[in-house]
Amino acid sequence: MLRLEPRAAPSQAMTVASPLIALALTALVAVVIFAGLGTDPLAGLQVIFIEPLSTRRQISEVLLKATPLIVIALGLAVCYRANVWNIGAEGQFLLGCLGGGAVALWLTTQGIVLPKAVGVPLVLLGGMLGGMLWAALVALLRDRFNANEILVSLMLVYVAQQVANALVFGPWKDPQGFNMPQSALFHSSLLLPPLLERTRLHVGFLLALVLAVVATLFLFRSFRGFQLQVGGLAPAAARYAGFSARASLWTALLVSGGLAGLAGAMEVAGPIRQVTPYLSTGLGFTAIIVCFVGRLHPLGIVGAGVLLSLMLIGGELAQSRLGLPNAMASVLQGLLLLILLACDTFIHQRLRLTRSRARPA
Amino acid sequence: MNETALLINTALASGTTLALAALGLLINERAGVLNLGAEGMMLVAAVAGFATALLTGSDTLGFVAAAAAGAALAAVFGLLVIFLNTNQYATGLALSLFGYGFSAFVGVSMVGKSLSPRQQYAMPVLSDLPFVGPAFFSHHAMVYVAMALTAAVAWFFYRTRAGLLLRAIGENPEPAHALGYPVRLIRLAAVCAGGALCGLAGAYVSLVTAPLWVEGLTAGRGWIALALTVFATWRPARALLGAYLFGGVTVLQLSLQAEGVQISSHLLTMLPYVATIVVLAVISRNAAFIRLNMPASLGRPFRPGS
Repeated sequence: MLRLEPRAAPSQAMTVASPLIALALTALVAVVIFAGLGTDPLAGLQVIFIEPLSTRRQISEVLLKATPLIVIALGLAVCYRANVWNIGAEGQFLLGCLGGGAVALWLTTQGIVLPKAVGVPLVLLGGMLGGMLWAALVALLRDRFNANEILVSLMLVYVAQQVANALVFGPWKDPQGFNMPQSALFHSSLLLPPLLERTRLHVGFLLALVLAVVATLFLFRSFRGFQLQVGGLAPAAARYAGFSARASLWTALLVSGGLAGLAGAMEVAGPIRQVTPYLSTGLGFTAIIVCFVGRLHPLGIVGAGVLLSLMLIGGELAQSRLGLPNAMASVLQGLLLLILLACDTFIHQRLRLTRSRARPA
Repeated sequence: MNETALLINTALASGTTLALAALGLLINERAGVLNLGAEGMMLVAAVAGFATALLTGSDTLGFVAAAAAGAALAAVFGLLVIFLNTNQYATGLALSLFGYGFSAFVGVSMVGKSLSPRQQYAMPVLSDLPFVGPAFFSHHAMVYVAMALTAAVAWFFYRTRAGLLLRAIGENPEPAHALGYPVRLIRLAAVCAGGALCGLAGAYVSLVTAPLWVEGLTAGRGWIALALTVFATWRPARALLGAYLFGGVTVLQLSLQAEGVQISSHLLTMLPYVATIVVLAVISRNAAFIRLNMPASLGRPFRPGS
């Protein structure tokens, strides 16, 4: 019979192969779903995975959506490596939208026009602070009150949404906006400069790539990064070495909150250009999948961010071209993560064919 | 209707979802398995129950289908975490994300459909009693089912041999394994039972509370139920009480809005979530107390013979 047994060392090959196998299996399930819905499976796959890469404009849209995914997932990788389960990146992202929005709206309504090199960083800083504030709440409750960070961070997503609503339906509502629940448009000096002519892609994508390198250096070349990872892998060893678990907790949450907030600010100062009630589109949750598909490694996350963004854009295309429900993309995403976790089993274990059943001692 | 009676009535009615889900999660966790997929299971079950009730016109069949859907998803989760030893946090989270997407996908055609008109829920004679009638005897049958199930689970945990075994496995699976009990199968059964109860909870929202289907219908109730198991220190009766308390918070929010209290409706909407955080912080504050009550092997995989 077949049985799973632990490997002596984690399989490097499987670590890399697992996301690819999971992707292939997810595509296979997609084929089944397409067939079940009476859509030509090949056409469906083509629309979701190939079509978004067919034109310059489509590619720029994929990279545009990948930007916040990558930035959020980089922070989550730091968290998960430290064994801090922040699953409320969506809330920190929203607070980032609000923090960046607060700065941008204040400057806009005061009529202060700053050079781009000053205004844009201020907006991004506002976003980071917003995200860090939301994550700091999680850290504080974990640190001082021992409250489970999974539940607290998730609950704060719902709270963040209501905070955003209260602002957009209240004080931030555009006086000239025909009573629509949205803020005024930000002044153009506060918007991220475009990266490609005639597309919405902005310099935030370059920033995401730079941050991936910084995160790599932080995780694998800095002492603090090392302390974080030891704390995550072997808390007892970290304690014995004198590494502070509290410092790790705060660092992990502030870094991931700050990055999620930055991603939020880049969205409002990028393609959206104002604060609306519809900022929460689940990017913070998709980023969790990005993080795992990218093997919790910054460079893997860049690739995974582009892949998941591709699936999101492909899902939208499948809706408009093939009339499939928009939720197709989130079904495939969820499946991808489930299948990936199943495949990951074989990193630390292997299947062994045994002739006779070993009797438990 | 007397106002206090109304408050009790709505607290019981809206607390029932949380009570059912928390009870299911309690069974999981007492066996040592933490399922963060509650929200996903509830959503899929809610849509399954709604579709079935729409198709057959029978709420009962709706609840049965929902329980089956919840158990089926839980079985997938169980196979992954119990037999493949995947990370319980990540797998549960994946189940929640998948459930959200899948329920939205399946439910697209059901948005805007309405079920057959709901009848008044009233027990004969008893519901005519002053005060206690409207407070306790004018409910959907599931409200009483939730109470009965809580009593049944408490009896199972503390008065049966099988319940003792389940709790023992949750504390430490090794001795049970050494005695020859199939630890992993028992855990799988607990996970499936928990999924079925989460399924009932989901269907209660789509068939009784709402009653309709929209994307993300359960609005975080699965996560609140997870927090409730901590609040209840893993005891069935306390979970039921906690669920009614939270049901009461939801009601308070609605009646404040009705009273015309000058608070932003957005602030009131966040009340249940803020309450969850506060309660979680207060109850978890004493780490030793939590450690004493938490099933000791919660979240840890069990590998026989290693």
